[in-house]
Amino acid sequence: MNHIRSHIMVCTGTGCSSSESPKLITAFEAALKDAGMDQEVRVVKTGCFGLCAMGPIVMVFPEGACYTHVKQDDVPEIVSEHIVKGRIVTRLLHKEEDEKEAVTSLSETNFYKHQMRIALRHCGVINPENIDEYLGVDGYTALERILTEKTPPQEIIDALKKSGLRGRGGAGFSTGTKWQFTYDAVSPDGVKFVACNADEGDPGAFMDRSVLEGDPFSVIEAMTIAGYTVGASQGYIYIRAEYPIAVKRLEIAIGQAKEYGLLGKDILGSGFDFDLELRLGAGAFVCGEETALMTSIEGHRGEPRPRPPFPAVKGLFARPTLLNNVETYANITWILNEGWEKFAAIGTEKSKGTKVFALGGKITNTGLVEVPMGTTLRTIIYDIGGGCPNGKKFKAAQTGGPSGGCIPASLIDTPIDYDSLTAIGSMMGSGGLIVMDEDNCMVDIAKFFLEFCVDESCGKCTPCRIGTKRLYDLLCKITDGTATMEDLDTIEELCSHLKSSSLCALGQSAPNPVLSTLRYFRDEYIAHIVEKRCPAGVCRNLLRYEIDPDKCKGCTLCARNCPAGAITGTVRNPHVIDTTKCIKCGVCQTNCRFNAIVKH
Amino acid sequence: MPNCKTAVPYAGTPEQEERLRQVIEAHKGQPGATMPVLQAAQEIFGYLPEEVQIMVAEGLDIPLSEVYGVASFYSFFSLNPKGKYRISVCLGTACYVKGAASILNAVETKLNIQPGGITPDGVFSLDACRCIGACGLAPVIMINDDVYGRLTPDQVGPILDKYMEKK
Repeated sequence: MNHIRSHIMVCTGTGCSSSESPKLITAFEAALKDAGMDQEVRVVKTGCFGLCAMGPIVMVFPEGACYTHVKQDDVPEIVSEHIVKGRIVTRLLHKEEDEKEAVTSLSETNFYKHQMRIALRHCGVINPENIDEYLGVDGYTALERILTEKTPPQEIIDALKKSGLRGRGGAGFSTGTKWQFTYDAVSPDGVKFVACNADEGDPGAFMDRSVLEGDPFSVIEAMTIAGYTVGASQGYIYIRAEYPIAVKRLEIAIGQAKEYGLLGKDILGSGFDFDLELRLGAGAFVCGEETALMTSIEGHRGEPRPRPPFPAVKGLFARPTLLNNVETYANITWILNEGWEKFAAIGTEKSKGTKVFALGGKITNTGLVEVPMGTTLRTIIYDIGGGCPNGKKFKAAQTGGPSGGCIPASLIDTPIDYDSLTAIGSMMGSGGLIVMDEDNCMVDIAKFFLEFCVDESCGKCTPCRIGTKRLYDLLCKITDGTATMEDLDTIEELCSHLKSSSLCALGQSAPNPVLSTLRYFRDEYIAHIVEKRCPAGVCRNLLRYEIDPDKCKGCTLCARNCPAGAITGTVRNPHVIDTTKCIKCGVCQTNCRFNAIVKH
Repeated sequence: MPNCKTAVPYAGTPEQEERLRQVIEAHKGQPGATMPVLQAAQEIFGYLPEEVQIMVAEGLDIPLSEVYGVASFYSFFSLNPKGKYRISVCLGTACYVKGAASILNAVETKLNIQPGGITPDGVFSLDACRCIGACGLAPVIMINDDVYGRLTPDQVGPILDKYMEKK
């Protein structure tokens, strides 16, 4: 066997792949071959390191050097300098905003210092397309122990209950209790199912995608253990068709697990059978709701059904079904291997363990972070995320996507866990965390999320189908400047109807973004309605562009570029905008070289 | 509604129909087969015209109304043909707060089509899509499988020109 002295890890998550990281792998392999070192240095494709904003990311071990924004042209230099001569290419090392000195190791950076990786423990560490690497990091030890020792299912369920693990899909229901319900449920013909919700539909959330792309085996192992525990021999993973890389890696992983006898008939000679099937979603947000997801697997329109009966009693194909989210499953083997005590020691009183967040929007370090429950929003946004770029002021963060709410800057020291977020009118959700700065209009954001719900409402129940649309129309009136203060009362009334009478969580939570922005940014709503003004300068119909005659040099550039022909004036004389013709596209402002065009 | 019966005549080849028959045969009797079969059918034909839906309904022995119900429910299924270059503008939250609306606007103006539409020569089709998960690169568009990130509206024209030359 060849001795491998160095590993070059190249991130091939969706973010870095979009920045052409697969081409880097080919380039590294070619450069190593040229240098005659292809036998002693291995190029490994890995899952997400988390620092997506800096991609493509390449890590070289054993030094742990983290290179960011790596281009194909940089590859020969990394090989000739770092690999051949052992000199780290400092030019490409990750640098923090306020530091001149580049740091070699990623774990020393602010981005990683505050993090704790449990669900993401293997992401960026192993090659997700090779089961041997998973086995090398203690993969399948939990399943092996359980099957050989014939651990009583109740013991596994008790461990999960005591660990305090709660569902990571958003609602935060106790995972152990869910397993208990499915275990206790009696199936008419003895058939039960295990399912995994990988239909990550929240716009701006990509935690589950990264887990599946970086560590598909831990989800598969956890589902197998779940099958053994509740008494199921068939599992389904329902995954978005929009995640081609994750789908491919799951297919590879399922194939390799079958080959190794870790999936299929008589697993590890224990007599226990368990098989997994992938089911692809087809772009319907509502299918993230558990009953809609199961209706979709059954091959129908993904419409939810009333609960109870809950899936644990009567789920997929009318059999008891255990349905957990990807991140929840990713925690299971860690808990079983390290012990529930260790897990329960992390986090807050009622929310244990860690939570993965997808940081996005107006933040310097967009990417994937995993922090202990109870970490404050301040730590996540400033210490890990590096704050808002371009010196802009942080205004609010949205958690829970279209079902959640915003957290204003005044509540930035709130420790993040399930209950504290609910208390301030937001929710944990699946983990999307979108940062907004002073340039974002909160009415516009609420309208954006509502438009999403209008589009994605399945149409089965009237409150959601018609209510979301009416609510959206009212918000449009506000951003158009035609609303009255009475409309605000109507909005609040409609919100409470939607919450109380919709069939599923989509409709019940659709008003959340509106209610929470109304709660914390009511003055912005009032500015739109009473003063006909959008304080953030976003809502087009409330904007007015004007030319400052003192600054205008009469260069005619704006008039020539105006698509509506709304600007008139002669050379070297101040120009004027005809507000009746102006379509408020802002082209004049972008083109003006003298800052003469002002937006009100 | 853009997703009704398409005006483009059905042009499936016998080879495509044979491939569909094999897919149906492989999934027949399996619980919940409708979606995997429709997904495969869309891959074969590029979209799901009435003729294909009828073949699926007859093949799986389920009512056509149910096949149509499923095909029209999910945004991934298209009852209209797509262009040679399929443009998807991500309107997920991260892209939206970073100005995806102006990117979409730039594409619409350049090609003179709306989301859900196709250029008369069949070269470009445009869709506004939900998050593709490349939030670190926001705002993002996809043309077939190519991803373009960190875009500004003025970059849209040159990118589309590249494809126009190729057509």
